Amino acid sequence: MELDNIEKLLKKYFEATATVAEEETLRMYFLSDDVAPHLNQYTPMFQYFSKAKEERYTKKLPLPTKRNIYRWASVAAVALFMVGVYFNTRTSAVAGSLEEEYTAAEIASAQEAFTLLAMNFNKGTEQLYHLEEFEKSTKKFLIK
Amino acid sequence: MFTNNQQRMKQSEFLNVVLPFKDKLYRLAKRLLVSSEEAEDATQEILMKLWSKKNKIEGYKSAEAFAMTMTKNYCLDRLKSKQASNLKLVHSNYSDDSSSLQRQVEARDSIDWVQRIMEELPEQQKLVLQLRDVEQYDYEEIEALLDMKPTAIRVALSRARKTIREKLTEKHRYGIG
Repeated sequence: MELDNIEKLLKKYFEATATVAEEETLRMYFLSDDVAPHLNQYTPMFQYFSKAKEERYTKKLPLPTKRNIYRWASVAAVALFMVGVYFNTRTSAVAGSLEEEYTAAEIASAQEAFTLLAMNFNKGTEQLYHLEEFEKSTKKFLIK
Repeated sequence: MFTNNQQRMKQSEFLNVVLPFKDKLYRLAKRLLVSSEEAEDATQEILMKLWSKKNKIEGYKSAEAFAMTMTKNYCLDRLKSKQASNLKLVHSNYSDDSSSLQRQVEARDSIDWVQRIMEELPEQQKLVLQLRDVEQYDYEEIEALLDMKPTAIRVALSRARKTIREKLTEKHRYGIG
């Protein structure tokens, strides 16, 4: 590289009138091994700029959607767990204190209601025998 | 499942757009914020913001210019709020004359010295020098990114380069390093 040219380009460089290509020529010159001694003072500038360009962002890129899904899933899981714990403790507390909370008469009347319900339920199931008969006859029909 | 796949597709597309210039965002952030940890946080913040605006990115002519502008604004805001809340960082002490000798001793290497000189430049000069001499952007790109007039850019750039030259020769004269 002609020294005259380099000196000219340097002047343009400091006046900020050099083009990108001209600045590239300067960069190549100062990054080479044969810089003229009287221009050596500028070498650190260009060396630093090229060194600065080598810096990298090394942290992992954030992947927001994935992380969001996990975040909401964990929130939902905790909420579900709390609801479970709440109902579990409540029902077991009620079962433990059935005799304390209701009088004997109340319990007796409740039992009576349950037996009535059971009787009627059984009546309902008896009706199902008719269905069974119906099924028998349809089977016969289908086999024949 | 379908939506999940679609999301993943978009994520890889997003990465294809962003990966080529993520280092430039980081370097710009570090130029302004100095600390590499803060610069990493800022870069991450910007990438998250870009992700949330990923549908708009496609509409921009250059996602890189958009991201660089966002980074610049974000970092300048950070610096402003830091000054406002009186949280002056250690490196703001550099303007202090008493620490300048210590600095010279620390900066054995003249390459590191250039970095120190750059840290002391006004923000606008830092930005112009970073974009031009480190990233080799052309003037039109810098104009758009910094919202500056061409002459203002050339003045700032010329001043920044001359300041570095001056301080480097000063250092040579004192024979330190």
